[in-house]
Amino acid sequence: MTLPLPAPPLLATITGDDLLQTGFSGLAVGCKYALIALGFSVVFKATGVINFAQASLVLLGAYLTFNFSQTWELNFYVGLLLAMAGGALLGVVIEALVLRRLVGEAPATVIMVTIGLLFVLDNVVTAVWGPDNHNLGDPWGIQTREVLGVTVADRDLWTIGFTALAVLGFFVFFRYSTLGLAMRAAAFDSEVAMAQGIPARRVYRVAWAIAGMVAALAGATLAAGASQLSPATGALALVAFPAIILGGLDSPLGAVVGGVIIGLVQQFTALLAPEYFDWVGESFERVSPYLVMILILLIRPYGLFGTKEVRRV
Amino acid sequence: MATVHALTDALRPGRRGPAPGLALSYADEIKLLRSPRRTPWRWLLVVGGLLLFLWLPTYLGDPGLRVLALCGIFALGAIGLNLLTGYTGQISLGHAFFVGVGAYTAAYFGSDHGWPMPAYLALAALLGFVVGGVIGPFALRLRGNYLVVVTLGLVFLGEHLWNNWDSVTGGGNGTSLGAAPMTVGPLDFKQGLELGSEHYTFEQSFFWLVWALVIVGALLAKNLVRSRAGRAMQAIRDRDLSAEVIGVSPARYKVGAFAWSSAYAALAGALYGLLQQYVSPGEFGLFLAITYVAMIIIGGLGTIFGAIVGALFVWGGRSLIEQNSGQALFDPLITSRSGEAGIFTIGELNAVLFGLAIVLFLLFEPRGLAAFWFRIKTWFLTWPFSY
Repeated sequence: MTLPLPAPPLLATITGDDLLQTGFSGLAVGCKYALIALGFSVVFKATGVINFAQASLVLLGAYLTFNFSQTWELNFYVGLLLAMAGGALLGVVIEALVLRRLVGEAPATVIMVTIGLLFVLDNVVTAVWGPDNHNLGDPWGIQTREVLGVTVADRDLWTIGFTALAVLGFFVFFRYSTLGLAMRAAAFDSEVAMAQGIPARRVYRVAWAIAGMVAALAGATLAAGASQLSPATGALALVAFPAIILGGLDSPLGAVVGGVIIGLVQQFTALLAPEYFDWVGESFERVSPYLVMILILLIRPYGLFGTKEVRRV
Repeated sequence: MATVHALTDALRPGRRGPAPGLALSYADEIKLLRSPRRTPWRWLLVVGGLLLFLWLPTYLGDPGLRVLALCGIFALGAIGLNLLTGYTGQISLGHAFFVGVGAYTAAYFGSDHGWPMPAYLALAALLGFVVGGVIGPFALRLRGNYLVVVTLGLVFLGEHLWNNWDSVTGGGNGTSLGAAPMTVGPLDFKQGLELGSEHYTFEQSFFWLVWALVIVGALLAKNLVRSRAGRAMQAIRDRDLSAEVIGVSPARYKVGAFAWSSAYAALAGALYGLLQQYVSPGEFGLFLAITYVAMIIIGGLGTIFGAIVGALFVWGGRSLIEQNSGQALFDPLITSRSGEAGIFTIGELNAVLFGLAIVLFLLFEPRGLAAFWFRIKTWFLTWPFSY
């Protein structure tokens, strides 16, 4: 029986550059999660629905982008915009056909319906485009550049840019537009909002449209790179769950912060776990986000930025 | 008492005794089965069901029995989940984790350590109970949507554990239950039962074992939910705050519901391992968890027999499609991806139908298949009136 060797000092095997590099890739991965989480949280904020089908919207958005830019050979950015329009359309259709009938039902019911939709949509996507991996057709490919001594992939820079843009768009929309104001009011108290003449149905519809749009954007950033597009891309979206829960379900700001935290946690686990705590097992980074989520929820049951539910007798 | 008899006799000339629905004492009221004279149809169902249980294995072939045994295993787990979700209102996507606990307990103690079958089955259920009781307190702190995602996380953490705890679970490759003894006294389920001069196959014997356990489990659950504990659970489901105000302890009953539901799941997992003879981590993932929730929704939330019907419907339907996929009916739909016409592979078709079934049931019949039974029953009970 040999005793385990003491852990080597930090800088011996893992250099400061490694940490910086990991921090950057964590930020990039986190931005992808943040984009997915934004879609979840806008639907939740407006309608109170945890939408598992968001994962299918992400998958479909990625495949639509692929379809427009590769199969139809349009410009990639035009294809991406079209895919976002398609995602928005699908979101509206789902809301009109299914979710509208479930307003006021128990959360369990609505969650299961969106899980059912997830099964249907995912498999329809697989049936249409096949199980093989594809190139998304993004212009960024696998190019990299040096920034501050760190090697960064172009597609990661774009992802961060898109996320910043989306967050800015969210902020401007909710802060300055009439519809955004209506949505905030409806989310705050839908009955009072309706009494003020705010059309609840339009608010729901717009929320789903935005979710579909962000989903397509998220899908494209997830699938960018070499042969990264496959039906499994949708499963990646489930990793965004810890992000939204961590940030608080009804907070877009929380979605972004949660996404970045989860991304950093994941990348740093991948870097440090094999070196310093290998007893947690292989590919621990796939579950470490969930562990962090559970720990934080035990301290703050409504997430970091979520609204605390008031219960009165 | 006698007056009541006279009264009801007068109301229903030509029939002796009180009306079928009328209970004369509390003991009478809480009987699951009253005398055959008073509830003839229910007796017919019970006796018919028992005869079916005894006779079916001698009629069906081994593949069919294997599917039905698997349905029974799912039914057992679904009864457990219904205690938690249908009766206590705690939505859990983590059921698959507890199923895994049971399966690996059976593998480790049964196969690796050679414990006798009753011992490792009991230990599986007990471990499920304990682990469920440890996870249960999370439900006290988290509610609704947050609980769903935490239990979802439990499934992923569980899969990671099964993948990495090599000494017990065999890691990603899985572990075999081939060496687990399957004898209870003189009954050897693995070699097949010897009853009199008859020899029965493994599938026949296992069908009897599983469905006998389903019957016992269903009765136990039924009695649990009609007792004080069951009423407390339903009060928490309907409005937890009100339940708390009238003196129901949410801590006790939420944790209790988690523990019992996990015990059922773990027993189902152990039986699943015995039937398949091999278990690997991927089988206890998100898909299994969702399948269980779908079963109780399609069968009927908050009914014991709904869980059984839902398990038969979901898993039986799936297997029927798989076995009949070669038929002409499916030609336009199913392809093997080798260039022939058709849209989906069998797996995709099954998943799409599964998803559609969940959506359509929740949209159009949220009470599930059980509602059909309630409707038929009401129709007969109130006949000739429509309500």
